[in-house]
Amino acid sequence: MKEELKRISAEALSEIAGASSEAELEAARVKYSGKKGQLTAILRGMGALEPEARREVGELANAVRGELEAAIADKAATLKRAALEARLASEKLDVTLPGREKACGRLHPLHTVENRIREIFIGMGFTVVEGPEIESAYNNFDALNAPADHPSRDFQDTFYIDETTLLRTQTSPVQIRAMTGKTPPIRVISPGRVYRSDDVDATHSPMFHQVEGLVVDKGITMADLKGTLDLFARSLFGEETRTRFRPHNFPFTEPSAEVDVSCFVCGGKGCRLCKGEGWIEILGAGMVHPNVLASCGIDPEVYSGFAFGMGIERVAMRRYNINDMRLFFENDVRFLSQF
Amino acid sequence: MKVSLNWLKDYVKFDMPDRDYAELMTSTGTKVETIEKLGEDIENVVAGKIDSVTPHPDSDHLVICMVDVGGEKPLQIVTGAQNVHAGDFVPVCLNGAKLPGGKVIKSGKLRGVISEGMLCSLSELGLTVHDFPYAIEDGIFIMQEPCKPGDDIRDVLSLRDTVVDFELTFNRPDCLALLGIARETAASTGLPLVYDEPKVHTAGDGDSIERRLSVTVREPELCPRYTARAVKNVRIAPSPLWMRARLRACGIRPINNIVDITNYVMLEYGQPMHAFDASYISSGSIVIRKAAAGEKITTLDGNVRELTTDMLCIADGEKPVALAGIMGGENSEITDKTVTVIFESANFSRSSIRRTSRAVGLRTDASRRYEKGIPPCTTMPALDRACELVELLGAGTVIDGTIDVCNTDIGERTVDFDYQKINALLGIALSETEMRALLEKLFFRFDGDGRMIVPPYRGDIVNTADIAEEVVRLYGFDKIPATRFAGCVTEGGESAYQKFCTRLNAVMTGLGFYETYTYSFISPKLYDKLALASDDPLRDGIRLLNPLGDDTSVMRTTAVGSLLGALAYNRSHRIPSCALFENATIYAKPDASTPSDLFSNEEKQLVCGFYGSGDFYDLKGYIAALADTLHIDALRFEAEASVPYFHPGRCAAVYAGKALLGRFGQLHPAVCDNFELPGDVYAAVLSTKALFAAAQTEWEYRPLPVYPAVERDLALVMDVATEAGVVEDAIRSYAGKSLCGVTVFDVYTGKGVADGKKSVAFRLSFRLPDKTMNDSEVDAAVTKILRRLESEKGITLRA
Repeated sequence: MKEELKRISAEALSEIAGASSEAELEAARVKYSGKKGQLTAILRGMGALEPEARREVGELANAVRGELEAAIADKAATLKRAALEARLASEKLDVTLPGREKACGRLHPLHTVENRIREIFIGMGFTVVEGPEIESAYNNFDALNAPADHPSRDFQDTFYIDETTLLRTQTSPVQIRAMTGKTPPIRVISPGRVYRSDDVDATHSPMFHQVEGLVVDKGITMADLKGTLDLFARSLFGEETRTRFRPHNFPFTEPSAEVDVSCFVCGGKGCRLCKGEGWIEILGAGMVHPNVLASCGIDPEVYSGFAFGMGIERVAMRRYNINDMRLFFENDVRFLSQF
Repeated sequence: MKVSLNWLKDYVKFDMPDRDYAELMTSTGTKVETIEKLGEDIENVVAGKIDSVTPHPDSDHLVICMVDVGGEKPLQIVTGAQNVHAGDFVPVCLNGAKLPGGKVIKSGKLRGVISEGMLCSLSELGLTVHDFPYAIEDGIFIMQEPCKPGDDIRDVLSLRDTVVDFELTFNRPDCLALLGIARETAASTGLPLVYDEPKVHTAGDGDSIERRLSVTVREPELCPRYTARAVKNVRIAPSPLWMRARLRACGIRPINNIVDITNYVMLEYGQPMHAFDASYISSGSIVIRKAAAGEKITTLDGNVRELTTDMLCIADGEKPVALAGIMGGENSEITDKTVTVIFESANFSRSSIRRTSRAVGLRTDASRRYEKGIPPCTTMPALDRACELVELLGAGTVIDGTIDVCNTDIGERTVDFDYQKINALLGIALSETEMRALLEKLFFRFDGDGRMIVPPYRGDIVNTADIAEEVVRLYGFDKIPATRFAGCVTEGGESAYQKFCTRLNAVMTGLGFYETYTYSFISPKLYDKLALASDDPLRDGIRLLNPLGDDTSVMRTTAVGSLLGALAYNRSHRIPSCALFENATIYAKPDASTPSDLFSNEEKQLVCGFYGSGDFYDLKGYIAALADTLHIDALRFEAEASVPYFHPGRCAAVYAGKALLGRFGQLHPAVCDNFELPGDVYAAVLSTKALFAAAQTEWEYRPLPVYPAVERDLALVMDVATEAGVVEDAIRSYAGKSLCGVTVFDVYTGKGVADGKKSVAFRLSFRLPDKTMNDSEVDAAVTKILRRLESEKGITLRA
């Protein structure tokens, strides 16, 4: 019987190993360890043996049964793995076929640029203030120290509603509103729409967008203005960016400057974007004119301040190398989807 | 402001590359726009002397010239010109010469005869007879300038110069003069200004201007200063080459010596001047007055101008002889026969000049300068300079005396000077001596009391900030340190409303809409396109007084037209589908609720729309998603048939509780046609203010359910006209607390459903907080709902 057991074991193990499907494996199991299987038959026939032999054969038979069960489990796992692999292989997709289109819109590029500018100044402790676009000539010009015969007041430069009401030509009137009746410290930026009577072309639009900033406190200096705009330029255009101040004249500020930033494409060497200049004009800035502080009820002997402003279109045009301002207001999705 | 560097170097002897000069001037506040090199477009053109002229063997109209160009042998040049003779000096293009316009001249053969160059006419050199009055228009330019063969033509004819165009700021009208630029150049370079007061030698013959002329200023406000001198024995002739060349470089056409002198002085001193022929000044009197009604003048350009009573004119005893500060009259023009000239050098109010110039539609070099404001101190030195030039040019004899009617302050002023305050404002630490030295470069001086003396032409210097600007521009912005402002921490940031708008934009883009930016001003025709009734209050908006055109003439009272315009733009560019939105500002006329410091009611309106894919229920889904994300609860929808631009059967109003948020729907087909938007278009118009008001800012978390919900589907038969929403509301009201959800998942009409009826499939979910509901409990709840639907609404379960 021992020989018989050894034969069964060898035969069964070879059949299990040779099974190529779960069904063949099951057939092998039934053939050897099923109710009518060969191994079962031997176990049943053991009762006829001498106790000594029965113990010996019993041990061997149990060992064979354990061996077969382990081999079946092992083979079952192998077959299952192979079946899964075969399925995965059959399910291979052509990943280069297009994905199903899912719509997701974008913010307008001017909005994106404005948001970036807002973030930088909010980080410096500025409050975002907004004001009406239809303004008084007083807030837009007089309170900002623009002389009565300043050409910007002309009909061909400014849109009027009536003699004393107009579409603001700058967001500075918001600064007047922010200063009037307030006690410094004042740190505000005012983004918004502004209007000037320019015919539409590649570099002009009768409506455009600005962000202006204002700081009023005791002991504010031009060096602070420089430090603030340096920080701003580095945040917006990159750590290597430098600024250059050129003297200028604005009614609202004295001293006044135009501020260039080093070209963020060539770093100042001169390229197509900066037209070989190495610098890009971005900002107007200066120390708030004492007349402006006084007109808002702030004592210029006690307080000083600085102000700055920039056109968002200009920043966006430079940032993305857009050469035609009209694109911003045509709202062609082929343009809008690029930002 | 164009400046000839040849001329400028009379006043400041600087020597540096043009680009360095431009950078230096820009850095000190006189911004250089462009630099133009005159004469660079001419190469290899020299003076030549014609040795002989012989006929061409094979041509009647060509001649062969032997021309001495300073080389070993004369050149043989063939020309078709008839006006050349032996002994003439002419401009000669050598082989390879370049002429203005990029023309290159090469040696070649003309009818078999070698021609080693070309003789030039005036126009080939880019010149006109105004530049060289003795030359002829057609034919070779026979030069009268002293020269020898081989001299570079650019030197012979003074064609070489560098013209710098400065962009000047509003506060520096004194720089609209070569002298002003010279002062800035001297200050910037640190070199001395070479300037002498003009010296006038008068006839001293007992004759005087006072005997010949009286001047009356009737409008001292409009004419703060009027000065005049007279010149007799005038000999009208072309002005000399150097003067013509400088005028040409600055873009002014030479005319004759007297007129050229007035222009030359205007460029040099920034003071417009006028020359009258004294013989046409009736009764020897000049009156500066407002024009009488109906008065006319023929200006020098030959146009008859009708004057109005607010225009300032220069008149003689009878009639206007000049439109003050703008242009002279033809009736007193300088001609070849002029023998006595009156030079006017006056100061006029800039607003008056501007008004008149606009009214008559005439802007001149003079009026442009007056509009910018000219310092009144300049009239007299300019007048003297003109007379000095008359003597220099031998153009006449200056009569003794000057007339100066001055009603304004022309002296120096003093202002407070506190170097510490200036340091404090700039954030620098200059000593008083250092700061004074900077200011003295700019021709400021200091008196014994330490006050700063301001030259009369610097009307812009009034207070400490103005002086600080002068200091910083010479000191250099680059030397100012960059510091961070000190002071207490401020909160900063955005308002709740601003943050809400940011979230709203994020949701809209997330839902697939692209943000647009459209003009705030629109055409009133847009309201017609939207089919608004003629008395629709939206038509009553704020109008611009001076719009660019009708298309941008009214401030929009709704942004829906702008949105549809943007959709139409994309449609017309063959974009197959497109979804756009804008949180746009709209502008309503002020009303009783408008705060007194505002002039309109401006608020945001969220408009969105799409074409090409999606339908009404997609749009409704977007609105529900927007509201949900913004924490707007209790959303309600009601059919709305009265919005003229929406389909009357496919439009809804959306409410949060009782508050109207806005309206949306399919665009009316007629409105689609108006906007040239074929196909179905859907749009929503929502009040951002109402959305903001309805949005919850505080909420608590709801515990997640512990027990599962049980669902029941009911197909309910009702009249076709019955709104599913009404039934849904009824189901909610009939059910007990166990109902936790109702949705519609199908609507069916047709076989099995009677005519005039529809079957609407509802899915009801039931749940109790403390246990799983069993079937009999759910059945009981459903039965209760069905019973009331039938008895109160006549709605039954589909068989």
